[in-house]
Amino acid sequence: MPKKVMLGNEAIARGAWEAGCTVAAAYPGTPSTEILEAIAADYREIYAQWSPNEKVALEVVAGASVAGARSMAAMKHVGLNVAADPLFTFSYTGANGGFVIINADDPGAWSSQNEQDNRHYARAAKVPMIEPTSPAEAKEYTKIAFDISEMFDRPVIVRITTRIAHSQGVVELGERKENTIKPFERNPQKYVMIPAHARPRHRFIEEQMVKLKEFSENSPLNTIEWKSKKRGIIADGVAYQYVKEVCPDDSVLKIGFIWPLPDRVIREFAAGVEELYVVEELDPFIEDYVRAMGIKVTGKELIPLLGELTPEIVDMALNKKKPAADIPAYTSKIPGRPPSLCKGCPHGFVFDVLKRLDVVVNGDIGCYTLAVLPPYSAMHSQGCMGASIGMHTGFEKARPEMAGKSVAVIGDSTFIHSGITPLIDLVYNKGTGTVLILDNRVTAMTGHQENPATGVTLMGEATHELDLELLCKAVGVKRVRKVDPKNVEEFEKTVREELAAREPSVIISSRKCILTK
Amino acid sequence: MKNVIFAGVGGQGVILASKILMEAAMAAGYDVKESEVHGMAQRGGSVDCHVRYGEKVYSPLIEKGTADFVVCLELLETMRKLEYLKGDGMIIVNREKIDPAPVAAGLEKYPADIEDWLKANVKKHLVLDTKAALKEAGSARALNIVMLGALSNYLEFTEEQWAAAIRALVKEKFVDMNLKAFALGKALKA
Ligand SMILES: Cc1ncc(C[n+]2csc(CCOP(=O)(O)OP(=O)(O)O)c2C)c(N)n1
Ligand code: SF4
Repeated sequence: MPKKVMLGNEAIARGAWEAGCTVAAAYPGTPSTEILEAIAADYREIYAQWSPNEKVALEVVAGASVAGARSMAAMKHVGLNVAADPLFTFSYTGANGGFVIINADDPGAWSSQNEQDNRHYARAAKVPMIEPTSPAEAKEYTKIAFDISEMFDRPVIVRITTRIAHSQGVVELGERKENTIKPFERNPQKYVMIPAHARPRHRFIEEQMVKLKEFSENSPLNTIEWKSKKRGIIADGVAYQYVKEVCPDDSVLKIGFIWPLPDRVIREFAAGVEELYVVEELDPFIEDYVRAMGIKVTGKELIPLLGELTPEIVDMALNKKKPAADIPAYTSKIPGRPPSLCKGCPHGFVFDVLKRLDVVVNGDIGCYTLAVLPPYSAMHSQGCMGASIGMHTGFEKARPEMAGKSVAVIGDSTFIHSGITPLIDLVYNKGTGTVLILDNRVTAMTGHQENPATGVTLMGEATHELDLELLCKAVGVKRVRKVDPKNVEEFEKTVREELAAREPSVIISSRKCILTK
Repeated sequence: MKNVIFAGVGGQGVILASKILMEAAMAAGYDVKESEVHGMAQRGGSVDCHVRYGEKVYSPLIEKGTADFVVCLELLETMRKLEYLKGDGMIIVNREKIDPAPVAAGLEKYPADIEDWLKANVKKHLVLDTKAALKEAGSARALNIVMLGALSNYLEFTEEQWAAAIRALVKEKFVDMNLKAFALGKALKA
């Protein structure tokens, strides 16, 4: 079989193609974005779409699975929070065609608002989760996930992290499995979750999890590599590679099946070594489990809870080996190189004005979040996608005297993702706030993806272009104004007028990102 | 096992340079792994790639103190990677300076002593002036390939392997320009 150097995310796209996947949906988010981009670019046999948000993407994929197709959703870790509601109940309805969710965690928060560890979701939602340790495995595990999904009637999560998604390695290419679509049968007991159906389905999935545990016990995804019996190390994901690198003489239990974990394999390994360690990024997920089995183990006493691991961190922790320092340290101050808005970015004009007006800015997530840094220093709250408008309403309700002195700022993609319902809330609950939608006609932060306002799909087809102005009017905002922020005077005048108005208002700051054609 | 770090500023083509090296290494029969940074780095931030090749590669990240080469497309970025270099490792750096935002805003200073410091403290160093080569290649965007050419003098791959790797990864209409840039980089002297 031919070999190719591939990015972890490209390998997953390839795995989906080889598995005979026919429907894929996602909302962009670093480090998962390239999966759907690679599918749309290279594997046109798979129908692929950007959804407005991760919840919708997961629902589209669930529908395709019920219809009998091998289908896949991809999202970053926080995306699964947005899609958690469907996840927990699609766990009950299960799969018809293979139903796979790729979930990309971001230890180190390279490009995220937090460092959550989504292995907990597998346990909480009672879905199997597997985790590759390299791009080559990322492709294989994606294929295996489709098989497990169909064998056990469960959605399956493939968990990756930034260092798998954005690392390259040699991948062996395989053929595509054809004709994977399964028959669709109407089956409300399985697919309509009224309480009377949900209760027996709950029993069913608990039974399936018992079977899956047995499957995990015998799965080649969990492997013991015996070396010296003095020290044994359990590791998953990229941490496994660091352990192999810096502890070549130790025995290693590689955990590829994150949930359910294989008790017998863990016991066998623990019994075979004098000292047992767990090396894992973020939370002590495996460690806590092993300890709860009554096994003595060392983990987070040595391995950091925060940030991502590196070979030298593992080397220090396990071997007390400090990196060689043959090159003397450079002692002058090295100025940082923080990311910043591009020269001429439309968001820059907006924040010049907001800074001048000295208003409180409830911000959101996108390129414009960089306005929290100098030279603008003009953002005062920001949590998750879509939060700006709700927080703005809360701010005004708590401090009516601040009405007219604060705004919400949200990008076009983020507004469509989860800003529409809070705008309805603002109108419904008689807020008087001003919302600025920074409409740069692209999802820029994650690398310039199409969205419903751009009029083009992921697969490059022309489609309906969402009219944001009309949408805001439809939810009841009477004062909706569209202004080019480069027209600084007019823009500032508009912001002043809308701040003064004692009713809900939306200013659509309309100017294209300079990096789009 | 060879460990190579490429570093630079978003937009300089650091990832492409590392891809070409990986392609050459794979064609020569090695196992290869690499790790790169996307996301926030794209807005003018620091970018780096770790490339490793050998019989069998586990970690996609290079351990500090073990890099054989640190290739930097921008002077200041070299200083962030020093701790990765091993004692007899080599630094290959483009003399060009790109002011980070805090320097451009006048809040911080671009250190003036970097070149002298490297020459005094790093045994194997190659501080290159790439301006003439880029002019002759006909595109400033070929900097990544010029630097790769400079690195190629110290690696085991043949001319044909490099050329094949460039052909495999560069858009067809830019192949000739990049092959020229590679040769110019290979001929560069400190
Ligand atoms: C739930 C969730 N999904 C995805 C992301 C990743 N993400 C961060 S910003 C962004 C899009 C921003 O687009 P837009 O609001 O249009 O702003 P722009 O970057 O274009 O200025 C995305 C997808 C995230 N942080 N959270
Ligand atoms: S990519 Fe576009 S939206 Fe983002 S900072 Fe640059 S110009 Fe602004």
